[in-house]
Amino acid sequence: MTAIRKKSAGASKSDLVYRLVAVGAAAVVLILMAGLMLELTVNSWPSIRKFGVGFLGSTSWNPVTEEFGALSSIFGTLVSTAIAMIIAVPLSLLIALFLVELAPPAISRPVGYAIELLAAVPSIIFGMWGLFVFAPFMADHVQPVLRDRLGFLPLFDGPPMGIGMLTAGIILALMVLPFITAVVRDVFRMVPPVVKEASYGMGSTTWEVTRRVTVKYGFSGLLGAVFLGLGRAVGETMAVTFVIGNSHDVSSSLFAAGNSIASTLANEFTEASEPVYLSSLIELGLVLFVMTLLIQIAAQLWIRRVAQKAGGGL
Amino acid sequence: MNPIKISTRGLTFFYGEQQVLFGNDLDIAQGKVTAIIGPSGCGKSTHIRVYNRIYELYRDQRATGRVLLDGKNILANDEDLIELRRRVGMIFQKPTPFPMTVYDNVAYGLKMHYKLSRSEMRDRVEEALKQAALWDEVKDELSRPGMALSGGQQQRLCIARAIAVEPEVLLMDEPTSAIDPVATARIEELIESFKGRYTVAIVTHNMQQAARISDFTAFFFEGKIVEFGATEKIFTNPDEKQTEDYITGRFG
Repeated sequence: MTAIRKKSAGASKSDLVYRLVAVGAAAVVLILMAGLMLELTVNSWPSIRKFGVGFLGSTSWNPVTEEFGALSSIFGTLVSTAIAMIIAVPLSLLIALFLVELAPPAISRPVGYAIELLAAVPSIIFGMWGLFVFAPFMADHVQPVLRDRLGFLPLFDGPPMGIGMLTAGIILALMVLPFITAVVRDVFRMVPPVVKEASYGMGSTTWEVTRRVTVKYGFSGLLGAVFLGLGRAVGETMAVTFVIGNSHDVSSSLFAAGNSIASTLANEFTEASEPVYLSSLIELGLVLFVMTLLIQIAAQLWIRRVAQKAGGGL
Repeated sequence: MNPIKISTRGLTFFYGEQQVLFGNDLDIAQGKVTAIIGPSGCGKSTHIRVYNRIYELYRDQRATGRVLLDGKNILANDEDLIELRRRVGMIFQKPTPFPMTVYDNVAYGLKMHYKLSRSEMRDRVEEALKQAALWDEVKDELSRPGMALSGGQQQRLCIARAIAVEPEVLLMDEPTSAIDPVATARIEELIESFKGRYTVAIVTHNMQQAARISDFTAFFFEGKIVEFGATEKIFTNPDEKQTEDYITGRFG
């Protein structure tokens, strides 16, 4: 009797330790988040005080007169990310669809590995490849064609320099592609075979099964995959810095050079000698942090709503 | 004897190298309920999965022999699978509502196979739900997700979805094995109401169910059809010793 009680007392003690350690580990995340936010805000303060809300709406970026604004960086981040998502999302869906529904294992397995390998390529490699191989290719073969065919749109107007917003967006697309594909593939795989059978059993073609059942069944998972890619694209630094052109201009042309928040930070942090310059860069970081946070919150809300509406699924 | 809807001759089936059906001959009577019984793994589900060629989704499965639907061999290469599956609907062991509303679930096949105006569509959906004895329960909740219904309702929803496209044959693969007894009774009533209208082939491990609702019964054992005949005869006076042993619960 006593032996048992002793043992259970010991067990509850180890439970307590286990709980404390787990809570502590989880708390680290929150503390880290709060610390980051605080640190960014404190160090941004000189810039916030000097420029106010106007910081977000101004395109000036002049270290000499110490006038700084975030608009061109925010614009570049949004545009390059948008290009990346427009390319990467449909491509990932198609690749995952091919891997799960169409390809025999002899093909889907090696292609699957290749995609996972692609995810492991360091971003600096993408950046160097982008600068030395892809940007010249864009300048010589892609941009002239786009300009000739679609030059009446302001989007495809301007000199084909290779580097610029479009090239950065495409490189970003290649970088987030493996992440989105890997998650989408897993989502497609998790759809129960019997549900697909039921759809085929109604006389659906593979395309109809995918479009009307598989994609809907895994829709919240697919959204998760897209936002995972989006989160990466927004903050991607090295590769973008190499190919985006690094100019603080807002241009309607996708061929023009631009910048993103992350590329500006990478480029200029070591040069920022004046306190207001440095503080402005840190405020840019704060803006990126808040943007990422807002994206994630929006993603969570959307996914929850979708899951409720479907009443089930993944 | 009744007119024959599906006539199977010399059907064999392989999962990769492993043969699981051995020369099955079976006649499914038009407008009647034919039950397929037998112990687990005897090939009864595999057998009816040939009737709509759903097994072809899996690379390593293949069937040989002939399955004549209204006299035409559906295993022939030129068979139109989409039309075949409209004519031969399937209900699975677990309810398989699609992730969409109740209405869209029933309209799913209609949208694929027919060009209908919105009001015709609505009428057909209502008709199918009424036939599946689900209309009264869901008529005010047509825009709710199908997956939010109870298990028994989900299964009747799947039946409504299948009959909406006006099939000739319904294949049911243990349709009540995942459902509670009250819901099971409702589905059995439903199957009985289908007599004369649809040809039903139902796989069941529940012998009372087979005895209650079917007109004919086939007893499968180890991939062969041991005995086939009128349900009453199979359950009261079977010819084969093996059949008698199974229905009296001596094995299986």
